[in-house]
Amino acid sequence: MPVSLLQDNSLLAVNVGASSTRAVLFDVVEGQYRFIASGQAPSTAEAPYKDITLGVNQAIANLQTVTGKTLLDQDNQLITPVQADGSGVDAFAATLSAGPALRAVVVGLLSDVSMQSAQRLAETAYLQVIETFGLNDPRKPDEQIDAILRARPDIIILTGGTDGGASRSIQKIMESVGLACYLMPEEKRPMILFAGNQSLTDSVKQSLGNLTPSLHFSPNIRPSLDTEDLVPASRELAQVFSDVRKRNMPGVDELNTWTSGRTLPTAYAEGRIIRFLSRMNGTSRGILGVDLGTTAAVVAAGFNGKLTLGVYPQFGLGENLPGLLRYTQIEDIMRWLPLDIAPSVVRDYLYQRSLYPGTIPATKEDHAIGHAISRQVLYLAMQEARRNFPPEARLLRKDLMPLFEPILAGGGALSDAPTPGQSLLLLLDALQPVGITSIILDQNNLLPLLGAASESNYLLPVQVLESGAFMSLGTIVSVISPASYGTPVLRVRLTYDDGSDARAEVKFGGLEILPLGMGQTARLTLQPLNRSDIGNGAGRNATIQVAGGVMGVVIDARGRPLTLPEDPVRRRELFKKWLWSVGG
Amino acid sequence: MLAPVNHILPLTTIERERILPVAGTVTAKLNQKVSSTDMIAEATWSREHVLIDVARALSISANAADRLIRVKVDDKVAEGTEVAVGKGIISRTIRAPRGGRVVAAGGGQVLLETGDASVQLKAGIPGTVVHIIPNRGALIRTVGALIQGTWGNGRIESGVLLNLTEKSDDVLSASRLDVSLRGSIILAGLVKDVETLRTAAELPVRGLILSSISPGLLPVAQQMRFPIVAIDGFGQIPMNSAAYKLLTSNAKRDVTINAEAFNRYTGARPEVIIPLPVSQEPSEPIDVDTLEVGKTVRMRRAPHAGAIGTLTKLHPGLSSLPSGLRAKAAEVKLENEEKILVPLVNLEIVG
Repeated sequence: MPVSLLQDNSLLAVNVGASSTRAVLFDVVEGQYRFIASGQAPSTAEAPYKDITLGVNQAIANLQTVTGKTLLDQDNQLITPVQADGSGVDAFAATLSAGPALRAVVVGLLSDVSMQSAQRLAETAYLQVIETFGLNDPRKPDEQIDAILRARPDIIILTGGTDGGASRSIQKIMESVGLACYLMPEEKRPMILFAGNQSLTDSVKQSLGNLTPSLHFSPNIRPSLDTEDLVPASRELAQVFSDVRKRNMPGVDELNTWTSGRTLPTAYAEGRIIRFLSRMNGTSRGILGVDLGTTAAVVAAGFNGKLTLGVYPQFGLGENLPGLLRYTQIEDIMRWLPLDIAPSVVRDYLYQRSLYPGTIPATKEDHAIGHAISRQVLYLAMQEARRNFPPEARLLRKDLMPLFEPILAGGGALSDAPTPGQSLLLLLDALQPVGITSIILDQNNLLPLLGAASESNYLLPVQVLESGAFMSLGTIVSVISPASYGTPVLRVRLTYDDGSDARAEVKFGGLEILPLGMGQTARLTLQPLNRSDIGNGAGRNATIQVAGGVMGVVIDARGRPLTLPEDPVRRRELFKKWLWSVGG
Repeated sequence: MLAPVNHILPLTTIERERILPVAGTVTAKLNQKVSSTDMIAEATWSREHVLIDVARALSISANAADRLIRVKVDDKVAEGTEVAVGKGIISRTIRAPRGGRVVAAGGGQVLLETGDASVQLKAGIPGTVVHIIPNRGALIRTVGALIQGTWGNGRIESGVLLNLTEKSDDVLSASRLDVSLRGSIILAGLVKDVETLRTAAELPVRGLILSSISPGLLPVAQQMRFPIVAIDGFGQIPMNSAAYKLLTSNAKRDVTINAEAFNRYTGARPEVIIPLPVSQEPSEPIDVDTLEVGKTVRMRRAPHAGAIGTLTKLHPGLSSLPSGLRAKAAEVKLENEEKILVPLVNLEIVG
């Protein structure tokens, strides 16, 4: 690649999370963009700091220590562009997920048309939907006004009507929205995003323009009854999120100055890079990105260039943890524990951890509880996300995950595991992939930053993704089989480049690993037994070239969906065995 | 590395801003001495709204309806008041279905606010009003001991502190609560059952200071009319020794519990304040400090959650923890002389 094609030489990207702030430096090495290093510091959005700037500066300062490069001047201002003495950077990007989920009111018309699309739109951002209104809402307008006032929304999403279609009903609902906004103190009025019938744009401006600090418009999310397009609205919603944060989170304004107003929500930036990869992928299989952090669990799935983004603050590992038991039973968390721990201890953990989300486990028991919760929230997030996967997602069976290649995983809970094997096992348990896939760990949490960088530089993400900045955990072969426990389900032969090979006959219920190091390739021959399926149909063989990874080639013959033994003692023994299989 | 400071202080100057959730009237005066339960501001707001659609009711256009509407914004109307009167031989009168205040009139509609609710803002701490925030509240200053907690049920009360514990992990049971404790604030350890909370309510006590609280008790604890504060969190965590010593040494003094809910963004925390007489005001506590050798620290997570110790060594680079993780860590000497390795992010400074 000629150097002249590179738009900027160096880029500093910062991700402000609820617990940690990371500063990452990308630069050109031998004509290619490369991930250079990262610096990390506790985030400072919360009290007693109440200003993200301190965490950002500290993360950059730590990065300066690692790289020996000066990036901030004496007044803690970003040095840009690169100076003659080598200090500074050429470009800056930032993503943000810190802070509570925004309170949202969602307004649409028909419950199975615009309301559904509006709900899906709301799921693409860090929102907590407090109220919804539709045409069939039985409440009188004054009751709706009171409901909006009680909701204390940060944002109201207005949708409804196909383009050129219904307008009167929307205007009626808009009246309630307008009156509710009018009754709020000016400084507490919500921002409004209109993503409905485009012929109403002027009318919306006229009715609501003076009643909100910021009125946003996007193309209709349901331009016709059978068409849904969330992409432009999702982008506008990302802007609204940033505007709300700018309004109520000190330091965001300054960060915005550095990014020239292009600070992106972390989940949105992650979605953008997954969509980008999905466009490049060119296979019938989807690309999956998952991020498990303090603020939310994020699932981004790309199918043929189309993105399905799910942001689930209710499954974040921070302040919302006590609310987790509204979505799952304590027993569902307990089932993932390899140690004998009382349910009350797990319940106490959920509450205590919510007080101090930035803390880390110091003991094996504490770590085991944390990983059991992570498994369950990621599992729940995946189940939620599945509902919105498009029809083109290739399924082996309706009750299973679609086929993905690859799966990219990041976020503190995954990237900070003590061993790659533990991260892998957590992902296999929670996501339960099918067929043959590779799993890549984003241990430096670069994906959202690459998404943010791609806003102005398309080359950088491509080259960094190809550079080995991510940790390939290996190739995973998941076996679906009607066989009973202990029955052989797969014969495997891994032929290395030097002609030697490794063979295994895997029994149902087993988890086997064949070594294949990073950078190595080998030919993998798979022969399913007893009507087992590895993604090509029951009993159909496959021979493929595979790339190595930290864990090598992993045969997961534990079944799909994964069914765990009812007996807790046996279950814990199995978990220990599986943990041992992946290296402890 | 910077760390947040958890305030457990025998003597400090405490300033608290107390503000209404909505604009209202500040009743406190500058330099006024207040007790924790004194009202310093109040506000009223309407709980409900009534929308009267005159145009629709009279089947006329919005403009035509506007000409018939007889009330204007800020008018107070009683139930049955004429809001609009139609024209014609058989004119129809639109009346207010409920009493209230007109908050909007136009577009053929009238919007009334009804059902006033009021909020009275208590001082929260005993002290002196040092600044008035117009229409919102006041800044109050006092001097005394300060102990911050982690969970509170939102109530405020003052009373004499009685210590029912012999050690920091004692369990308070209903059988230990008798009529002699009525009107007192009880220093208890753990509470494990609902019955104890209900017995405390029946006496009634004026407050409970707990070491930690079981999540299962939270719904009932929220309903209690007296303040409950958990100093160290949830589950069965013994009270940290610094808070326990300070509280036990102040038994039989007047104390105030402001069991305000923990808010990670505003920094609001439940707290116990023990006003003390001084000749000279001590300095105000700092909220952030640097983790250094010699600092008193509190562990925020297992296996020593709540324990107090002294930071004896900052390890360079990353240290391996028993969990398998590697993190920046420090050596902390606990009060029993045991030395433990703690990740820096699991520490807060006590001061």
